[in-house]
Amino acid sequence: MDAIKIENLTKNYKEVVAVDNLSLTVKKGELFSLLGVNGAGKTTTIKMLCCLTEPSGGDAFLLGNSIRTQKSAVKQVIALSPQETAVVPMLTAKENLELICGAYGIEKFKKEEQIKRLTKLLNLESVLNRKAGKLSGGWQRRLSIAMALISEPQILFLDEPTLGLDVIARSELWDIIRALKGKVTVILTTHYMEEAEALSDRIAIMKEGKLLLCNTAEEIKKIAGTNSFEQAFVRIVKGVAK
Amino acid sequence: MKTLALAGRTAKEIIRDPLNLFFGLGFPLVLILLLSAIQASIPVSLFEIDSLTPGITVFGLSFMSLFSATIISKDRGSALLQRLYTTPLSSVNFILGYTLPIIPIAIAQSVICYTVALALGLKLTVNILLAIALIIPVSMLFIALGLLFGSVLNDKQVGGICGALLTNLAAWLSGIWFDLELVGGVFKKIAYLLPFVHAVEMERAAIFGNFGDILPHLTWVLGYLVVLFATAVLLFLRQMKKQ
Repeated sequence: MDAIKIENLTKNYKEVVAVDNLSLTVKKGELFSLLGVNGAGKTTTIKMLCCLTEPSGGDAFLLGNSIRTQKSAVKQVIALSPQETAVVPMLTAKENLELICGAYGIEKFKKEEQIKRLTKLLNLESVLNRKAGKLSGGWQRRLSIAMALISEPQILFLDEPTLGLDVIARSELWDIIRALKGKVTVILTTHYMEEAEALSDRIAIMKEGKLLLCNTAEEIKKIAGTNSFEQAFVRIVKGVAK
Repeated sequence: MKTLALAGRTAKEIIRDPLNLFFGLGFPLVLILLLSAIQASIPVSLFEIDSLTPGITVFGLSFMSLFSATIISKDRGSALLQRLYTTPLSSVNFILGYTLPIIPIAIAQSVICYTVALALGLKLTVNILLAIALIIPVSMLFIALGLLFGSVLNDKQVGGICGALLTNLAAWLSGIWFDLELVGGVFKKIAYLLPFVHAVEMERAAIFGNFGDILPHLTWVLGYLVVLFATAVLLFLRQMKKQ
C-alpha cells in the first residue's frame, strides 16, 4: 500500500513556482529521500505534506487522507522533525517529550511507556533530566527525533536531521534512522549525498520545483553512468544525464 | 489535556527564567518598599500605602505582556511552532495555552504585593480580596497585549515595545507616579482614553471601599479587553496561517 500519493502538487509564491506539478508515491515502511540544491522545493514539499502550507494546486494523500480536506486526520498520523532543532530550551528533555505527548492527547500510562521506550531507543537516559537548552547539538537532534517519534507516527518527516553534526553524532543518528526502516515511512531531506545513498530505499531528485528523477541510489548511478552517487547527482541536476 | 500541556510549558518557561522572577515579582516589591521609604521621609498622598499598592499591582502586570509576547515571538522565530502546528493541536489550544497560565502568575504577583503592603501598614480588610479579584480582567488585558505583540513582532521588537514602551505608557499614563490633575490638558485626556488609569482607579476604589466608582472604570477595562483580545486572536490566527 502507498503511504503517500502525491498528485500534481504545486506551490506558487507570487511569480515563483516553488513546487511544480509534483507527482510521486512512497510505499509504506519505505525510507524515501528528497534531494536537490537550495531552492529545489524540498522543504516546501514537506511543508505541504505536513499541512503547514496550503498547496496552490494538486493534492497529496497520506494513508488515504487528503492534505487539503482531511488535515486533522493527516496530523494524527504524521510527525515532523524540522530542520532547526525544535526543542523548548527551558524544559528538560523529559518535559519536552511530555509536551508532545500532551499535544497528541496521549494518556498518562501510555506516555510513561513511550518515554521509556524512546529513552532506550535513542540512549537519552543521561540527559533526560537536563534542560534541553543546555544540551549539545547532537543531543538536541536526538531529542528532536525522539519528540517526533513519541506519538508513534506512521509517517515521519526528517528535514535535514544531521545538519551541523560531527561525524560520530551523524553516524549514531544514521543507526537510529536505519532502525526505523520498515516500521515507519520516513521522508528525509538532506544535502549530504552519502547520507541519502546510505539510508534510502529510493531517492527523488528535485530541481527548481520539478522532479527530475526518482529511483534507487544504484539505479541513479547507472543512469548517470558513474560509480559515485555525488557525481551522479551533479550530472542529473546539471542536465548531463537524464 | 492538550491545552494543559501547552499551558504547563508556558508557566514553566516563565517561572524558570530568573529575569522574569525579578521583573515580575522583585521589581514591583522594590518599588513599593522604595516609595514607602520616600513617603516616610517626604509625605506625598499618592505614595501612601493604600494609594500606592493598587497602582504598583497594575504596573507590575505590564511585565505579563512582556512575558507572554516574548514566549510567542521566540516560538515563532524558532521551529518549535512549526513542529507543534503539525500536531493535532487546534488554534484554541494554542491561544489558551499561551494566555491561561499567566493569569495565576498575575494573581500571585498581586497577592505578594498586597501581602508586603500589609506588612508596611495597609489595613487588612475584605476590600483587598475584591482588589485581587478585579486584577483578573486587568491581567487579561495585559496578556491580550502580549498575545497581540507576540503575534506580529520578533523577540527583539517585543523587548522594545513591551519592555520599554508599554511599561512606560503603563507607568506615566496611569496616575501611579503623579496626579494626572496636576498635568491636565491633552495629557490627562489621552490618559483617560487609555485603560491604564482606569485599571489603577478601579483598584484604588476597591481598596478604599468606594464600590460605586468601580463599575465605570471596569467598563473601560472590559471594553479594551474585548477589543484587544479579539484583535490579538485574529493576528495570532493570521500568523498561524502564514507559518
